[in-house]
Amino acid sequence: MRAAVVIVLSVIVLSPRAAPAQSDTAVQQGNDIYQHWCATCHGRGPGNPGTTALAAKYKGSLPGILEDRTDLTPQAVRFAVRRGTSIMPFFRKTEISDADLDAITQYLTRRSGARR
Amino acid sequence: MAIPPGVSNRDWQTALQQFTQAVGAQWVFTSDEDIALYRDAYSPLWGEPEERLVSAAVAPDGAEQVSQVVRVANRFRIPIYPISTGKNLGYGGSAPNLSGSVVIDLKRMNRVIEVDDKRHFAIVEPGVAYFDLYRHIQERGLKVWIDCPDPGWGSPIGNALDHGVGYTFGAYRDHFHSHCGLEAVLPNGDVVRTGMGALPGAKTWAEYRYGFGPTVDGLFAQGNLGIVTKMGFHLLPAPEAYQTSVVTVPRRNDIVPLIDIVNELEHAGLIGMPEYSSPLGGFGPPPPELAELLKRPGGPSEEDFDRYAQQRNRGSWGCRLQFYGSPKVVAAHLEHAKDRFNAVVAGATFQDGELLRFPLTQEQLDRVHKVAVGIPNMSIFSIGARTALNPSPSDGHLWFSPIIPKTGEAVLEAQRVFMDAFAKLGMPSMVSPFSMPATWMHRAFIFIMAFPISRTNVAQNQRNRAAFGELVKVAAQHGWGEYRTAPAFQDEVMAAYSYNNNALLRLHETIKDAVDPNGIIAAGRSGIWPRHLRRARA
Repeated sequence: MRAAVVIVLSVIVLSPRAAPAQSDTAVQQGNDIYQHWCATCHGRGPGNPGTTALAAKYKGSLPGILEDRTDLTPQAVRFAVRRGTSIMPFFRKTEISDADLDAITQYLTRRSGARR
Repeated sequence: MAIPPGVSNRDWQTALQQFTQAVGAQWVFTSDEDIALYRDAYSPLWGEPEERLVSAAVAPDGAEQVSQVVRVANRFRIPIYPISTGKNLGYGGSAPNLSGSVVIDLKRMNRVIEVDDKRHFAIVEPGVAYFDLYRHIQERGLKVWIDCPDPGWGSPIGNALDHGVGYTFGAYRDHFHSHCGLEAVLPNGDVVRTGMGALPGAKTWAEYRYGFGPTVDGLFAQGNLGIVTKMGFHLLPAPEAYQTSVVTVPRRNDIVPLIDIVNELEHAGLIGMPEYSSPLGGFGPPPPELAELLKRPGGPSEEDFDRYAQQRNRGSWGCRLQFYGSPKVVAAHLEHAKDRFNAVVAGATFQDGELLRFPLTQEQLDRVHKVAVGIPNMSIFSIGARTALNPSPSDGHLWFSPIIPKTGEAVLEAQRVFMDAFAKLGMPSMVSPFSMPATWMHRAFIFIMAFPISRTNVAQNQRNRAAFGELVKVAAQHGWGEYRTAPAFQDEVMAAYSYNNNALLRLHETIKDAVDPNGIIAAGRSGIWPRHLRRARA
């Protein structure tokens, strides 16, 4: 499912940009929303098709678990959620609002700045 | 911005203003970017002129707002199409039958109104997902199970209204059958409650489904007479324990007594959902020896199949039986099941699973088939997502879901008929001599197949649509009809239900015209079109 994020990520992921300042609160909020909407496919452990798909795609060169990635960009996350990819569908704004998406983006890119 | 068909720009602008007054500007979506999110992500018409697109989406929060929106739509004769969580992927997603419809997105209506674990029922709104209802029950320590379909992000109401199915006992896994009472907004904006809910102050809305007088609930499932805003469901008392046992039978013809005995056990309420398979089946092309057998004129004989199974030291068919209850009840039912098979099928063998007691440990949770124990999850998408064995996944799938009888003879006939159909179509067969049906329905099998969908390969989608249409006809010629299908095929499927010059469809149309004279709600749903569009289509 959201595993699909994977494909998109491989395309857009590597555009370096300065990471915006991220408050702990915003990141925690993003974590909460991520666990609700995304972790059911992209979580840890067995039975997570998103994680399985990413692992199959990257074959160890990148983590299969999105939360462990340090290379994600806001554009990649937004693209995956609003456009979908492979069998992962896109999400409506009644499901993941723009504000929710911003929070998820902050959470998933929280380590990206450090890497750069 | 798109405008709904048959609506003037002036009326459209006025209607949008009134939609906004009803639900707030934030919840009226008209930009291209926003309404693109209401495309069917698994549309077999993706990117083609016939793809079903929306003109706008409106997201009310509560039955009163739904009523206001419907009154506006009725005033201006704007076609509307309700969705609950919009996850009916493979059967239409969130897109309407009629392009230009306004989607009424009920996702914001996500309240669990009541769960009772003494009388075992729930009442929910349409935006509630199986995940939400499960979480509500777990957080409160309530002693009830839900019955969920494979993907847990769907809506109990939306799933039931499309005759969706699940995984535990027959009385629960037919989700519309397990519903009890509903509230719906009619095309004129009136709010109706069915069953006991029609009695003000009723105490048993989600327990006694009939109330008094004719029942009309079924008209709202796969129908287009109203927008369901609440629904009750019967829930299963949480069992103490769970155990599986896989029975394997040696010979090809053993499929007949295998299914007969499983039917007996299931219809008596002794087992939950049986899961059939063949130890000889598998993914990918057949092994060379089997490929040679299949080339024989008339196909392999029973003896050929039996020899093939014996050479591999495998049985011909298997069935995973699922037992629920106290450990004593589970043990007694399992023993009885073994007695029945041993009395009838020579050489039947059993592989018992571990007796699991609830609550499960994390290690047990990780390996149990979660939906079989009422836990919503998303692992089913592992089948279609990228894996080491499936490095180039499709962009979605389209379910072909014919209903066949629960007999071994019917399964073998369906295998032959659909393998022949694929051969005539010149396509690789999705069916093999070892294909077994899905068993979600209590009293019938679904001989289900998945056609891949592409967002880039239009020619492939067109080929698959043609094949799908042909299979609908082939199935109908053998007395099999689809239980559910995507909008692109609903006219074709309904046309197969043609007894007495399409008497059922004519009845639906008569009711549609009476209840929804302006034809605003879900035009074309299940092939039921309002009068003005019927004439245009004639």
